[in-house]
Amino acid sequence: MKRLLGSLLLSLGLGVASLALAEEVAPVAADAVAQVAAPAADGAVAAVPTPDKGDTTWMLVSTLLVILMTIPGLALFYGGLVRAKNMLSVLSQVFAIFCVISILWVVYGYSLVFTSGGDLNSYIGGLSKMFLAGVDTSVNVETFSKGVVIPELVFMVFQLTFAAITVALIVGGFAERIKFSALLVFSVLWFTCSYLPMAHMVWFWGGPSAYGDPAGFLFAKGVLDFAGGTVVHINAAMAALMGAIVIGKRVGLGRDAMVPHNLTSTMIGASLLWVGWFGFNAGSNLEANGTAVLAMVNTVVATAAAAVSWMFAEWLLKGKPSMLGMVSGAVAGLVAVTPAAGFADPMGAIVLGLIVGVACLWGVTGLKKALGYDDSLDVFGIHGIGGIIGAIGTGILVNPALGGTGVFDYSTMAVAEYSSAQVMSQVWGVGVAVVWSGVVSFVLFKLIDMIMGLRVSEEQEREGLDTASHGECAYNL
Amino acid sequence: MKFVTAIIKPFKLDEVREALSALGVSGITVTEVKGFGRQKGHTELYRGAEYVVDFLPKVKLEVAVKADLVDQVIEVISKAAHTGKIGDGKLFVWDLEQVVRIRTGETGDTAL
Repeated sequence: MKRLLGSLLLSLGLGVASLALAEEVAPVAADAVAQVAAPAADGAVAAVPTPDKGDTTWMLVSTLLVILMTIPGLALFYGGLVRAKNMLSVLSQVFAIFCVISILWVVYGYSLVFTSGGDLNSYIGGLSKMFLAGVDTSVNVETFSKGVVIPELVFMVFQLTFAAITVALIVGGFAERIKFSALLVFSVLWFTCSYLPMAHMVWFWGGPSAYGDPAGFLFAKGVLDFAGGTVVHINAAMAALMGAIVIGKRVGLGRDAMVPHNLTSTMIGASLLWVGWFGFNAGSNLEANGTAVLAMVNTVVATAAAAVSWMFAEWLLKGKPSMLGMVSGAVAGLVAVTPAAGFADPMGAIVLGLIVGVACLWGVTGLKKALGYDDSLDVFGIHGIGGIIGAIGTGILVNPALGGTGVFDYSTMAVAEYSSAQVMSQVWGVGVAVVWSGVVSFVLFKLIDMIMGLRVSEEQEREGLDTASHGECAYNL
Repeated sequence: MKFVTAIIKPFKLDEVREALSALGVSGITVTEVKGFGRQKGHTELYRGAEYVVDFLPKVKLEVAVKADLVDQVIEVISKAAHTGKIGDGKLFVWDLEQVVRIRTGETGDTAL
C-alpha cells in the first residue's frame, strides 16, 4: 500500500499529461488493493508508465545530433560561404548563440513554451517551470502515444537544441557586417519575443492523455509541423530577411568579388547538417518506433531529391552542375521535409524534394535579384521558401490517398478522414510565422539600431570582422 | 649581362627549369603571380551570382645570365613553355647593370 501511495504521489508531481493518467488509474488500483493485496501492488506499479530505455536513448542520441547540426555543422556551412576575413566572426556568432540560448532555455525558455500560460495560453506559456522548477530525473512526459513516456529532462534538452539552432540560422542573413554586441542583444530579444511564442503556439499541448487541455493557437488550428518547419525555418528566415533589409547591403556588393572562401568547409558543414537532421526529424517523434524510421527515410530521400533537382536545374540553366548548388539543394530539401517528415510517405517526400530544389534555386537567384536585398548566405531563399513549400506541402502529402499517414485524432484514437481544409490550416501556420516573426524582427532590429547601432563601421567591414570584432585571424599561413 | 623575366603557365615550370639547368644556368627565382593577357579570365558562379575572374594564376621566372647566353635562354624557355594555346605567357629581356654575391662580395659575371 505504501508502495502504491508512493507511486501515486510521484505521479502527482508529474506534468499535466501524467497527472491526468494517474487520476484515471487511481480508483482502479485502489479497488484492486482492497480485494487482493499482492497482485494489486504489481498492477499498480505497472499502471504508472516508466520510460523505455530505447526511447530515452534515442532521445539522448537525437539531442546530440541536433547539437552537431549547430556546432560545428551550421557554423562550418556558413563559415565557408563568407570571405576569409570574416570566417571567425561567423563561427563565433554561431557558437556564442548556441551558448547563450542554451542557458536562456533552461532559465525561462522551456517554461514559456511547454507550460500552460493561463489566459495567454493561446500565444505563450507560463513561468511555472522557470529555472526548471520541478523538472528533475523522476519526472516523465508523455510522447505522442498514449501511456508512453520519456524523462522530461531529455525532452527539455532536446527542445533546447531546436531553440539554439533556430537563432543561429539567422546570422546568415546579415553575415559579414553585423556588430557582435548588437547580434547578441538581438538574439536574446528575438528568442524571447519570436521563438518562444511560435514554439508555444505550434507545439504546446497536454499530450495524448490530456487532449481536453487548451493547446497553443496554431496547434488548435490543426497545423501539422512535425519537426519545426514553421517554428524553426520560416521563423528564422523572416528574421534573417528583416535583418538583411534593416542593416543594408554589404560594402562593395556587386563591385567586389564576394566569393565563398572555402567550399570544402561548406560541404562538410552541409553534410553534418544532413546527418544531424536525422536527430532533428526522427527525434521529433519522441519515441524509437516506426514513425521515427519513416521520418528518417523521408529525411534521406527528400534531401537527395532536392540536391539532384537543384543540380540538374543549375546544369540546364547555367551550364554547370556546382557543388555549392548540390549542398544548397540538400539543405532546401531538409528544410522542406522537416514539417512533413512523419506525415508524408517516401514517394511524397521525393516529390516535395524535387519541387523545393528548383524553387529554392529561384529563391536565391530570381527572387533575390528582383527584391534587391542582400541576404548574404540566402537564409530566406532557402529556409524561407523551402519552409513555406514544406509547410503547405505537408498539408497535401499527409493525405492517405497520396500515401500519407493521415491525421491521427486522439479523441477517437483513430486516423481521421482527410480533409483538404488541412491545407488551409497549414496556410495559417505559414501566415502567422511570417507575420509574427517579420514584425517582431523588424521592430527589434530598428530598436537596436537606434540604441546601439547594428553595423560595424565601413572601415571595420573592409578590414574584416575577424580582426575588427574578435582580434584574431582564421588562417595564419 | 642580361636579365630575363618569363611569365609562363604554372604546369610548365618543371620543364622550363630542366631545360635551363641543361643549358648551365645556375640559378632562377620563381614567384606565383596572377595576371591577364589575351587569354582573359573565366566566370565563376555561386548560387547564381556570377563573378568574372580576370586574373589567372601564372608563374613568373627570373633569370640573370651572361649576355652571350641570352639567346639560348630565350630559345629554351620559349620551347619548353610552349603549348600553342592562348595563355602560354611572355618573355621580357632587360640589360643588367650589376650583380653582387652577398656572401663573398664578388661582382659581375663571376657572381652569376
